[in-house]
Amino acid sequence: MTARIDEIVCPVPAGPAQVLLAHGGGGRLMWRLIEELIVPALGDDPHRRSLHDGAVVTVEGARLAFTTDSYVVRPLIFPGGDIAQLAVNGTVNDLAMCGARPLALSAGLIVEEGLPLDLLRQLMESLGRAASAAGVRIVTGDTKVVDRGKGDGLFINTAGVGVVVAPHPVEPRAVRRGDAVLLSGDIGRHGIAIMASREGLAFETTIESDCAPLAAPVLELLAAGVEVHCLRDLTRGGLGAALVEIARTAGRRIAVEESAIPVRPDVHAACELLGLDPLYVANEGRFVAFVAPGDAERALSLLRGHPRGVGAARIGEVGGEGGDVVMIGPLGTARAVDLPSGEQLPRIC
Amino acid sequence: MKFVDEFRDGAAARRYARAIAAVTTRPWTMMEVCGGQTHAILRFGLDAFLPRGVTLIHGPGCPVCVTPLELIDKALVLAARPGVAFCSFGDMLRVPGSAGDLQAVKAAGGDVRIVYSPLDAVRIAGEHPDREVVFFAVGFETTAPAVAAAVMQAAAGGLRNFSLLVAHVLVPPAMEAILSSPRSRVQGFLAAGHVCTVMGYAAYEPIARAYRVPIVVTGFEPLDLLQGILMCIRQLEGGRAEVENQYARSVRREGNLSAQRLMTEVFEVIPRAWRGIGEIPKSGLALRPPYAHFDAEQRFGLTVPGAPEPAECISGLILQGVHAPPECGVFGTRCTPDHPLGAPMVSSEGACAAYYRFRGPHLEEGRA
Repeated sequence: MTARIDEIVCPVPAGPAQVLLAHGGGGRLMWRLIEELIVPALGDDPHRRSLHDGAVVTVEGARLAFTTDSYVVRPLIFPGGDIAQLAVNGTVNDLAMCGARPLALSAGLIVEEGLPLDLLRQLMESLGRAASAAGVRIVTGDTKVVDRGKGDGLFINTAGVGVVVAPHPVEPRAVRRGDAVLLSGDIGRHGIAIMASREGLAFETTIESDCAPLAAPVLELLAAGVEVHCLRDLTRGGLGAALVEIARTAGRRIAVEESAIPVRPDVHAACELLGLDPLYVANEGRFVAFVAPGDAERALSLLRGHPRGVGAARIGEVGGEGGDVVMIGPLGTARAVDLPSGEQLPRIC
Repeated sequence: MKFVDEFRDGAAARRYARAIAAVTTRPWTMMEVCGGQTHAILRFGLDAFLPRGVTLIHGPGCPVCVTPLELIDKALVLAARPGVAFCSFGDMLRVPGSAGDLQAVKAAGGDVRIVYSPLDAVRIAGEHPDREVVFFAVGFETTAPAVAAAVMQAAAGGLRNFSLLVAHVLVPPAMEAILSSPRSRVQGFLAAGHVCTVMGYAAYEPIARAYRVPIVVTGFEPLDLLQGILMCIRQLEGGRAEVENQYARSVRREGNLSAQRLMTEVFEVIPRAWRGIGEIPKSGLALRPPYAHFDAEQRFGLTVPGAPEPAECISGLILQGVHAPPECGVFGTRCTPDHPLGAPMVSSEGACAAYYRFRGPHLEEGRA
């Protein structure tokens, strides 16, 4: 059989036909999965269009924030935290990022056959402690056990509801030109802590996860009347992915100053060694706040006065139309900040 | 961070820019050999510090990029084989073979593991005597000594389930191949500092003489690169073609002799095909006969059909410095890090990936 010359096409690789681990990495692949496969299948709904950390729904006049998240992490206990603390703090933080006071959580456990009961008990006690530390109650739950080999010891899903206390919508679309970008502390600790404990990488010091509940500092900003336009906790994909997502949704250019972004020397060293960019390394206890420029300094000093925001810094500002992020480097030159493709992978040499 | 921030100082960079402008009287084109240098140049926007007419072109120093398609296809076949645990540096997982990549093999059930050191693969082999553990030995002279050490450790431990898919390549023969090409625009080289840390730089002296090109062994931080460029332009302007060492805090002329001894013990030099460039004499490493039983290609009798490169991908010309990524017609459109047509778009040392990552898909210029 011969092909006609105009039928010959260049071989362009199609997208992957199956889910890759990289689809869960918080980068472009994950966003395409959400925007092209998941959201369209669910039909159009204005709550989903903003794709924020949680949804705000009005129920008989009350504005409630509602969110859910699933937690998979290996090892289950790592320097600075464990899967139970992640499961509480992650959902509490998603609620806080909607400008809400977290009220109650659910906890769904998927336990792998063979998990030592002592370990499960230890993690459930941690779950309870984390909830009381974050000021929420775990009011309902579920337990399933799966065959050995079908789970990674323990998966936890939590959902949460909170009551919105922010007077205006706190979401990417509310970001305005001139807004100050505040970061609540140093970045990259959680990702490096997990990688180090998972891969047995020994650094000179033990780097601990930054895992922490963030509702208290957020509520403090709101209670003080700071004009907060958008909040986002930094998780997978790190600060870089959070800024890019917000810039895109807001349709604005965000400019940040690399030297203003706090990175601890040990985290910086580990990143240099592994060829990772701290900008994209995961966090579990940090957030960015977009606030009106006139409130920026007050917000910064409020944050710095809080134990969860001691290392807060003003890292940049929102510019005009754009939908992208630029970073001014230490030499004064600008570079683009894009979403990572999938997971960050260590380099060869 | 100590010993890093000092080399990223803006005021010092501007002093170098003034010094470079002061010595430059004509246009010059230099090639930085290593992909790590390319990424630093794009990340820190170093071209903004160079006078008009001074051009940096990007060299072949991305080990992932130059690994031939055939070897990647062999890796995909091996990784998909039941009973094999295929260990690789993370960088290799997204590199497209002719049918998919290692990431996809993993998703389809292949036992693909990311390791940080070849010694991790030896450890895995020791812990899993029931599995054939294959390490994808990719890299330049920088990673070869650690791989050699792993082979010697496996030999000493009597491991029978450990083998290597060897893709090691050597830098100086590639520099010579580029200079021999009639299309070469290279007037001076910034040689790869890490390669020279291991190998020293005596091997570059005959190249500098034969081709009349200055070669400056250069580091990876912004000030290293600017100083290397200054040293190279001084030679060009003065009509000199010598080997100079900018990266003296790491590199000695003779290199790291114990690392070289390990390499020589385990490996021998062979001709090797470079993806996008073709076969280069004396440019690759293979296991010496006493270690040949660790060769995965022999152990598994691997043959794969030859496959053509995607027609639109000009990575061969990019790797030789004939074209820069922005000159490629499919950059940022049909070729992106999510759907790469060639390896330079995915590797953390690839030139296309550097432009995409730091200039964006639309290649915006530095906006300092």
